[in-house]
Amino acid sequence: MEKYLYIALFAPLASSLFAALFGMSPKKMFVGVIASILLGISFLASVVLALYVNQTGEGIHVTMMEWIGAGDLLVPFGFLVDQVSVTMMVVVTLVSTVVHIYSIGYMDHDKSFNRFFSYLSAFVFSMLVLVMSDNFAGLFIGWEGVGVCSWLLIGFWYHKPDVSVEENPSISPSWAANEAFIVNRIADLGMLVGIFILFWNTGSLQYDVVFAQIPHLSEAVLVAAATALFIGAMGKSAQFPLHTWLTDAMEGPTPVSALIHAATMVTAGVFLVIRANPIFMVTPDVSYFIAALGTFVAFFAASMALVNRDLKRIIAYSTLSQLGYMFAAAGLGAYWIALFHLAAHAFFKALLFLGAGNVMHAMHDELDIFKMGGLKKSMRWTYIYMGVASLALAGIPPLAGFFSKDAIIETAFNEGRLILWAILVLTAGMTAFYSFRQVFLTFEGDRRYEEFGIHPHEMYKFVLIAMAPLAILAVIAGFFQSAFHSFITQLLPNYEMSAHTHHLVWILGAIVLAFAVGGIALAWIKYSKGLKRSEKVENGFLYKLLKNQYYIPKFYADFISKPYAMISELLWKSVDMKIVDATVDGIARLLYNGGDSARKMQTGNLSNNLNWMGVGLVSLLLVATITALIG
Amino acid sequence: MIGLSHYLILSGLLFAIGLVGILRRKNLLMLFFATEVMLNAANVAFAATSHYYGDLTGQMFAFFIIAIAASEVAIGLGLLIVLYKKTGTLDLDNLATMKG
Amino acid sequence: MYEQIAFYLFSVLTIGLFLVTVLSKNLLYAMTSLAAGMVLVSGFFFLLGADFLGVVQLIVYVGAVMALYAFAMMFFDATKDTKENNTNGSWIFLLGGLTALLLVMMFAAPIFSESVVASYPSVEGATNPQNVGMVLFTKYLIPFEVAAVMLLVAMIAGIILAGKKMDHSLTTNEDNIEVKTLSKEEEL
Repeated sequence: MEKYLYIALFAPLASSLFAALFGMSPKKMFVGVIASILLGISFLASVVLALYVNQTGEGIHVTMMEWIGAGDLLVPFGFLVDQVSVTMMVVVTLVSTVVHIYSIGYMDHDKSFNRFFSYLSAFVFSMLVLVMSDNFAGLFIGWEGVGVCSWLLIGFWYHKPDVSVEENPSISPSWAANEAFIVNRIADLGMLVGIFILFWNTGSLQYDVVFAQIPHLSEAVLVAAATALFIGAMGKSAQFPLHTWLTDAMEGPTPVSALIHAATMVTAGVFLVIRANPIFMVTPDVSYFIAALGTFVAFFAASMALVNRDLKRIIAYSTLSQLGYMFAAAGLGAYWIALFHLAAHAFFKALLFLGAGNVMHAMHDELDIFKMGGLKKSMRWTYIYMGVASLALAGIPPLAGFFSKDAIIETAFNEGRLILWAILVLTAGMTAFYSFRQVFLTFEGDRRYEEFGIHPHEMYKFVLIAMAPLAILAVIAGFFQSAFHSFITQLLPNYEMSAHTHHLVWILGAIVLAFAVGGIALAWIKYSKGLKRSEKVENGFLYKLLKNQYYIPKFYADFISKPYAMISELLWKSVDMKIVDATVDGIARLLYNGGDSARKMQTGNLSNNLNWMGVGLVSLLLVATITALIG
Repeated sequence: MIGLSHYLILSGLLFAIGLVGILRRKNLLMLFFATEVMLNAANVAFAATSHYYGDLTGQMFAFFIIAIAASEVAIGLGLLIVLYKKTGTLDLDNLATMKG
Repeated sequence: MYEQIAFYLFSVLTIGLFLVTVLSKNLLYAMTSLAAGMVLVSGFFFLLGADFLGVVQLIVYVGAVMALYAFAMMFFDATKDTKENNTNGSWIFLLGGLTALLLVMMFAAPIFSESVVASYPSVEGATNPQNVGMVLFTKYLIPFEVAAVMLLVAMIAGIILAGKKMDHSLTTNEDNIEVKTLSKEEEL
């Protein structure tokens, strides 16, 4: 079985290196094809591993080689395939295989076609390292690896010029890439601190060793470690207040958004919380904070999605919102439900993004849904895919989202957190509204694009076929809930609804469903017949607040970036130039002047040289005398 | 009673005299003389140490110093003659060819 | 008593003579006083019981080296006072004085030398030359041979260096010019 582990892990690396060989050359179709095949192989290997783990109920633990051995620190390149990581592997490799095939079509006209595949595969490799590593150091390597790949991919079109914030909130791809990287760096510091705390107190970075020692650790240490680790998770999973980068990251090519910013990388934070569940289970305060923050983000992101006009940003907000749901579940102790939602969400969110990519492709990179409409005629399949994905996202039975999201909302009720429950239910309604607002504005109603002279056309056939597995999974994934439950709880702590909740499950489901259907109905009434814009609403305070993302980016720019830039400039001009540089320059000038004056000794006159020799002799004698006197 | 220190102090004084000569004079021949003075100062110190410690090593060194002084004079004077043939002077100030 | 008188007398004389050597303007005076100073230095050697060294000092220094200097000076114009642009006196004397002071300070300080052990003690009853011979031809045999070779080399070098163009007078001006032009042509 180890063979399959290595195949699953290293096929994407091979793909990346292969594509990198052609990184600078013009588009070569076979690069994309081979990359996709290698990713497919990785997926198949992951499935084999999943079946094996399911059959035996045991994980595979291999140590490839020793990596760091310094003093007490011993970090091997160890890989662990258990129920949690194999779930992540299957999800990651499946979505990335689809995205690779999709990219062949989507990046068709891009001149950096080969480079794109190199980055994409490198990303998958990093993600696999992240999920498969058996220690925190390996996790961190993967963590940083996906960060770097994300930076490369968001800034893929780095040549685009900067524009004003009014024109485009993310200014430019390179700006967005830097923002994502820097925000993640802040969070990564927290994560590193967490890892250090764990190492300091347990003397190891291996998961099993660390978790075995938890009963011996004091509560303060555990709370500190859990908090620091969660800060890392907050950055990668774009939780408030580090969420701004995710929507700006939509500057990247759409397959990237589908792969990284919906299905895989942003779930790394959730994965970390699930993986480190023994720590979070013994720190209920931190866990409750996670749940509350998750719930807040779910609502907060959904509210911003309500008014946004950018097709991809709406989906990005919904990603944020769903990540909030996952954290809510994880925080409430229902780790397996969080993981289940993670997997289900990956399928329909990737599908949604890829559908959005089709629309963009058809609309010549136009993203404003107010300029679309009536696309259902020319893009029937995309409409179906996005409709299915939106239904799943809204939580309509029997699609995947219903099972997973409903379970989370039930969990909130079951834990007695009624406020959280209420917010989550409300958010479910909002989710349904904004996803169908987007679908209806794009595909129904009048053809507003015609006045811009756009002739939409459907995506390539093979791309649509490649998207089919995601669509199917978005529909049927929910049926595997109980199978998944018994599979995953071999490793993760079980979480069952209490008998009381069990009685009410139908009522609870009905309430959620009512909100979801209500949202869809509202969207249908408002938008299916075409766009009716109301000046009064758009100028209202609430609309503006939401439209400007609660003014948070502006707040960051004015109160963090600008003062920081000012302090930096101050330090540069006063401290760096006047103290640090001046010191260095002063030493150099001293030596230079000293050399200049000492040069006068070199008259070339032997007598002078002799005199200097005499001076040297006397100085040496003086030194000798003084040392003798002191000693 | 004359002790080792007396001789050493004497040798130090002689050495200083030689040093003054080296530093002060510009005539190469005078420099040679001053060098001889310094070498002799060292010889006195060696001989005195040898005597007061009852060890012959000091005298051995003095012998070798004399041998070296002799060869130095032989070669040095040869060089001086060649130099004088070339430049007609023995003044150090005229030898400032080492300035880079 | 006799030893003390001899030491102080020799010391004063040596210092005086060497000072003359160093400060005199006339080469001949300088050389003469140097030779005299060396004779007195050999006196110290006799005082210290290093008879053989004293004899060698007389023979080699006062005899050979001084004779060499005397011969060499025949090539130069030794009767005239040297015209030197001597380095500024005060700070030279400061340096020299400081050296003397420091050395005197060092040597006057009590030396802790109990641990010094004579590795080649003089043999009782043997005269100094016998002792020197024993050490020189056992322990210092190879340096001795090397010194001999060095002296040979020095002699040959001296002959070759000084022996060129012995037929030219160095003191008369006309010949000087001739030699100069010649050597310049050679250089070219």
